[in-house]
Amino acid sequence: MNETENTLRETIAGAIKDHDVLLFMKGTPEQPQCGFSARTVAALESLGAPFAAIDVLPDPRIRQELSALSNWPTVPQLFVGGELVGGCDIVTEMFESGELAHALGLDAAAEAPGDAPGGEFEQGAPPIQIENRLA
Amino acid sequence: MPTALELEQRIEAAIPGARAEVQTADEVHFSARVVAAEFAGLSRIQQHRLVYGVFEDGELGSAIHALSLKTETP
Repeated sequence: MNETENTLRETIAGAIKDHDVLLFMKGTPEQPQCGFSARTVAALESLGAPFAAIDVLPDPRIRQELSALSNWPTVPQLFVGGELVGGCDIVTEMFESGELAHALGLDAAAEAPGDAPGGEFEQGAPPIQIENRLA
Repeated sequence: MPTALELEQRIEAAIPGARAEVQTADEVHFSARVVAAEFAGLSRIQQHRLVYGVFEDGELGSAIHALSLKTETP
């Protein structure tokens, strides 16, 4: 473990702490580079949930440090309130059962009149980039 | 290449009382439904970790490219 890896892990931990809803994914919400990431983004967007996203592809160490931190082997990984909720399977299952909306605190919004499904969803927070201090 | 049956047997052997149904189209990508009393009281994350943990070591694990999971209690 050298200092740069420590710094990267701290940066990831800080991002998880600083964002209520944070998705680590392959690619961006606009252009996912993997079917599992795309499905996870689709679940969040269909609920109109604002979320921040981090692309793990630019540097393999992001994924490595993330998995070391979360004890979860695969990407995507969704964090809500600083806690790992799951990857694509769990997020999809929770979306279908309504648990995801509940976990995101969106129950009331989902039932509000005039909130037509399929309407324009609120644009999430812009994807953040992990500052690359390793170059 | 691992078969769906091998995965089922491995899961059922590793998690006492578990029942696993595994499907695969290409013997590289798998999807599994696992029902186990041991999952009671665990979060989904913890349930999935338990199943992933079965394949952490050994040849079978490295031959599996992806394992999609659905976990339930009986």
